[in-house]
Amino acid sequence: MNELMMASPMARAKSELTGNQVNVSLAATFEHTVGTPCCDNPKIQTKNVDVFYAENHAIQDVSLDMGANEVTALIGPSGCGKSTYLRCLNRMNDSIDICKVSGDFILDGEDIYAKSQDPVLLRARVGMVFQKPNPFPKSIYDNVAYGLRIHGLTQNKAELDDMVEDSLRKAGLFEEVKDRLNAAGTSLSGGQQQRLCIARTIAIQPEVILMDEPASALDPIATAKTEELIAELKENFTIVIVTHSMQQAARVSQRTAYFHMGRLIEVGETDQIFTNPQHELTEKYITGRFG
Amino acid sequence: MSLITLIFLLLVLAMFTYFIGKQKIYAQYQAQPKSPGRRILTLPKYFGYVAAMWSLFPALLVWMLIELIEAPLINHQITNYLASQQIEVGENLSLYLNEIKNIEASHLADIEPIKQAIYHRYTQLNTLANNSKNVIVMAIALLMSIYILKRIKVDTAARKIFEKIIELILLMAASIAIMTTIGIVLSVLFESVRFFGEVPVMQFMFGLEWSPQTAIRADQVGSSAAFGAVPLFLGTLLISFIALLVAVPLGLFSAIYLSEYASVKFRTVAKPILEILAGIPTVVYGFFAALTVAPFIRNLGESIGLSVASESALAAGLVMGIMIIPFVSSLADDVLSAVPKTMREGSLGLGATQSETITKVLLPAALPGIVGGVLLAASRAIGETMIVVMAAGLAANLTVNPLAAVTTVTVQIVTLLTGDQEFDSAKTLAAFALGLMLFLTTLVLNMIALYVVRKYREQYE
Ligand SMILES: Nc1ncnc2c1ncn2[C@@H]1O[C@H](COP(=O)(O)OP(=O)(O)OP(=O)(O)O)[C@@H](O)[C@H]1O
Ligand SMILES: [Mg+2]
Repeated sequence: MNELMMASPMARAKSELTGNQVNVSLAATFEHTVGTPCCDNPKIQTKNVDVFYAENHAIQDVSLDMGANEVTALIGPSGCGKSTYLRCLNRMNDSIDICKVSGDFILDGEDIYAKSQDPVLLRARVGMVFQKPNPFPKSIYDNVAYGLRIHGLTQNKAELDDMVEDSLRKAGLFEEVKDRLNAAGTSLSGGQQQRLCIARTIAIQPEVILMDEPASALDPIATAKTEELIAELKENFTIVIVTHSMQQAARVSQRTAYFHMGRLIEVGETDQIFTNPQHELTEKYITGRFG
Repeated sequence: MSLITLIFLLLVLAMFTYFIGKQKIYAQYQAQPKSPGRRILTLPKYFGYVAAMWSLFPALLVWMLIELIEAPLINHQITNYLASQQIEVGENLSLYLNEIKNIEASHLADIEPIKQAIYHRYTQLNTLANNSKNVIVMAIALLMSIYILKRIKVDTAARKIFEKIIELILLMAASIAIMTTIGIVLSVLFESVRFFGEVPVMQFMFGLEWSPQTAIRADQVGSSAAFGAVPLFLGTLLISFIALLVAVPLGLFSAIYLSEYASVKFRTVAKPILEILAGIPTVVYGFFAALTVAPFIRNLGESIGLSVASESALAAGLVMGIMIIPFVSSLADDVLSAVPKTMREGSLGLGATQSETITKVLLPAALPGIVGGVLLAASRAIGETMIVVMAAGLAANLTVNPLAAVTTVTVQIVTLLTGDQEFDSAKTLAAFALGLMLFLTTLVLNMIALYVVRKYREQYE
């Protein structure tokens, strides 16, 4: 575990600087994904996923399952396609004109990209917390109530109040904002905004929650709270989390997938990945010894 | 030597000075001992610029001064000449001199001998003045050139001087624009004050009747002037309101379509086309309103049993609304596009539909900018004249019926001031008072718009 602590931002920056070298070694060594892409009780299954941004082949032939009621962590160097892959799972990439997605995406046996699938309802089932906090320019209360209102999830004001409070509590924000629920969401600090976005997402109780670096703007205390929340949420939900923090991945996830240059290099039980990585690239990345 | 030749010579000299000055500094740089480290030096061209300006500007300044005193000086000489020749010119000297100056050489023979003599004297003086002017200006330019070329050396703070001169030129341009604006406002203000000396402010602002025809003779009946501006402002409001009723929904909806739904290709084609609407001359809109829309409305009204005036507020308002669509759509499109993409994704990611995202997140976020666009469109509508002249008529009716003929402030200003008018009757002065009111109204609207837009900008920066 000590070695994991060394995977500092410095080491990551270094790995980016030497990206070319890595590429060469990747071409030499990558043949297929190492580990176990499938799992026993999958909530989401993806097969042979390719994503293009115009000419840029951002995801190349990735097959990966995400188990129900567990946390899957996606790790890998910056620009390797973690966000891109994550956004495919709730069809967020539909709104990017140049983005072309192919492959099989199955949620509970349903094809996510089927013609009959309504992306609006899909996104209500597969919620997302974005990399950058993006509260609406509305009050804190209205931010959280937004999803509840558009889906008509509450019968009356009192119920709405309860749900808002409950979601804010779960996101560890309620105590800080309970006196100013009518203040603008954008007036909060960056970390508070991120927790507001988490509250907003869990308020509508999606089945799957996709989190794109939810803790990157948080201090250690708020990060710990968020991790607690994730542990709690996984009892009822399925969670996919992108993170740059090895420690975080090790703490919160049951399975970890390592991406590199648009490819899924290795996937497996989190304990195994961090203690006994099979692939050379994975090992280099998690120990911070690139190049 | 003509004007063009003089300018040409001055420019050639300035250019020459530029090259010599530049060359001189260049040579001095070369002559300097090479220091070990690379020192950064002011480029020789800046010395050239400074030298060129020295040769040009004092000469131009003197030229301007000479131009100013030339005419009075010649007049003075002629007057002296007249006096010395004991020629009687009657009481109006300047008129007489003008007559002499306007004599054409080809008709000289037909003119009485005295005038011929004066004319000759005049041309003689004129040529003398011209020649000496040319000589003086060229001499100054030349002297300054030689002086500066001798003086300029490596230590001259050429770049600093050059920057100062550039700054001065820019300042002059800016102050001309500002002074003109201030001048216009002040002149309108002074004339208005004169008007309010004749017609009480209260009567002007709250009077319900507008008929600016003053009696020419005191005993004339039926044409005592009334300067109540309420009907005009009501007419302006009515037409602007109709115009906004057309422009706001159409402009807003097309902006939403362009920024949220349209493909990039469609957008790049459609947006400029929409903006062309603002570039069509208003007189074209005017006859479109008067010849197409107004008759159409009248026929439509008659077919359902309404009486519609042949010139109606509705026709003018509708067409004006079309004209100001781009003011609303362009600004609304800009602010909608400025709402960060992450905001859209946040909403879509919660399972909101696109229209929910637009009405619940984007429009509220962009609202200040949209309001700004609407206010800009409103001040444009209030100031518009041509369409109203052609389609809404001149009758100052006190009505809010869109089917009746009404008139607006701007139209009345035009009618008050066109034709032969004395510029000190209450009637013409009223135009300035109206102008002042209009100016204040649009100023306030613009200030609100700017304030709202600025406040909006701070939000996402
Ligand atoms: N909207 C887009 N348009 C075009 N290319 C994109 C877009 N988004 C991502 N890409 C490209 O796809 C590749 C993967 O990007 P992605 O955002 O998925 O990386 P990431 O792994 O999430 O990186 P980070 O850790 O920095 O967030 C990059 O090469 C990027 O340039
Ligand atoms: Mg990312």
